[in-house]
Amino acid sequence: MLKRTIPMLLAMAAGIVMILAYFFPWLTPLQDQTTVWFNILAAVAFILGGGNLLKVHLKKVSDRREGWAYSMITLAAFVGVLVIGLFKLGVNPLDDFPAQRMAGDFRAEGSGFWYVYEYVFAPLTATIFSMLAFYVASAAFRAFRAKNFEAILLLSTAFVILLGRTAAGVFLTDFLPEEGMLANFRLENLTVWIMNNPVTAGNRAIMIGIALGTASVSLKILLGVDRSYLGGGD
Amino acid sequence: MTHAARRGNATFGVLLVLIGVAIAILNAVALRPGAGTQWTQRTEHVHTLEDGTEVRWTEHEAVSVKEGREMAAADQDAAPLLSRTLGLWGAAILTLCIFSFLLGDNPLYKAAEAIVVGASAAYWMVIGFWETMVPNLIAGLFPEWTRSNFMPRLSEDASVDFLLLIPLALSVLLLLRLAPKIGWISRWPTAFIIGVFCGLRFISSLEADFLSQIGPTIKPLIVIGENGFDLESSFSNIVLVLGTLACLVYFFFSVEHKGAIGKVARSGIWMLMITFGAAFGYTVMGRIALLAGRFEFLFDDWLWLIDPKDAHPAQAFLQTIAPMLM
Repeated sequence: MLKRTIPMLLAMAAGIVMILAYFFPWLTPLQDQTTVWFNILAAVAFILGGGNLLKVHLKKVSDRREGWAYSMITLAAFVGVLVIGLFKLGVNPLDDFPAQRMAGDFRAEGSGFWYVYEYVFAPLTATIFSMLAFYVASAAFRAFRAKNFEAILLLSTAFVILLGRTAAGVFLTDFLPEEGMLANFRLENLTVWIMNNPVTAGNRAIMIGIALGTASVSLKILLGVDRSYLGGGD
Repeated sequence: MTHAARRGNATFGVLLVLIGVAIAILNAVALRPGAGTQWTQRTEHVHTLEDGTEVRWTEHEAVSVKEGREMAAADQDAAPLLSRTLGLWGAAILTLCIFSFLLGDNPLYKAAEAIVVGASAAYWMVIGFWETMVPNLIAGLFPEWTRSNFMPRLSEDASVDFLLLIPLALSVLLLLRLAPKIGWISRWPTAFIIGVFCGLRFISSLEADFLSQIGPTIKPLIVIGENGFDLESSFSNIVLVLGTLACLVYFFFSVEHKGAIGKVARSGIWMLMITFGAAFGYTVMGRIALLAGRFEFLFDDWLWLIDPKDAHPAQAFLQTIAPMLM
């Protein structure tokens, strides 16, 4: 009862309120209230994630498992950023309220949190994502062998799109006229046509499929047919 | 790859980062004096409170080195800022540590990766606390205290919202997931989150992803323009309409893909391959743009070897050697 029925009823009630509010305007305040609660819980989920990270890495350090030194670095970075952000270190007060240091904008230029974003978070994440350029290229070289018609279509589209969005593509088909039927075969125009027609068609079908899938899964959860989110056990 | 080869690569990666940093220091000291320096313009703020106490703080606004030197020459308050210069050097060294992974896994990469994990978890926690929990939960439960400490612009009429005790209780229950024996109770807030999300997505996905995608797909297959039959538009519309339908047929798995259905489904696969090819092309372009951004950071902001924004007063290295080569 406490472990399965009540959570299921809670999910059903919350979801049905959100759906009904779309059809009955007098339920909108209730929907707004529920959305605020949802946002609060989503923010608390980050705290839960942080707590879990602390738990896992502290355990690793205390057990002296392989790589525990890196766990120490993770913990130091975690606690450091948390202290800087939560205590608003280096934040200047607002001009209108100079007495309230904690009222200042924690993301303003020059604040401790701004330093973390500008010199740690942004460069590290951008570099990690930029490295994917190398790995995508090497994976593509290994995986995308033009061995059938479908693979040829995929490769040639990627090639046209890559060329069409660069100066090289414009240069390569510069000999074609700018007006008339042949102008459609200039790489920059061909790229736009591919994006507007076959790619739009494919994306639309994918989005329609996702929408129908989302709606059916949502209904299954709200009607209590799918209870997998409750996990195992009674 | 053998263990020895992996170890060799790791050592090589670490060495390369260290050599890179040594060259950068040499560059900043001897070749391009001051490379990697961050300049700011300072503004002093002085406020006298009601009790006569003086509150002072300094605001720093980033300016380019060239602007900073011009400002300093004009007696405006601009100077290099040590903390930002150290920050930029730290960012550059961390960037090199991440790039060293291209040569193989190594301790410097692992350390940088550990920093990413810890810093990002705390980063999103802080954002969630100040941008969601303070204005939505704490301000609702303790309006006076929040106004006098964190949100001075909070309305004077704001009163205690006791209904917020419900999300507060659910939040506490959610955190109990960390306690193994009573962790099951976190199913309640989890169920609430899932229920709300399903309700929101049920409507929004049908409205935005389903209905709004069908409308623009219904287009005339034969387009008659001002000058009669428009071949280009007609062909584009045929590709769009029939392509969408063919892809949908491919996604329809309740019927076996044989005969006519199989042929239509196969043409749907072709459309999907074109879509994936375009997505792949854009992904590669996006990553290369990011990579170019990181190289620009290293060679422009840090080492001053290039100067596309005309931000460094000294002539950039490539600009110096280019006339020599010509």
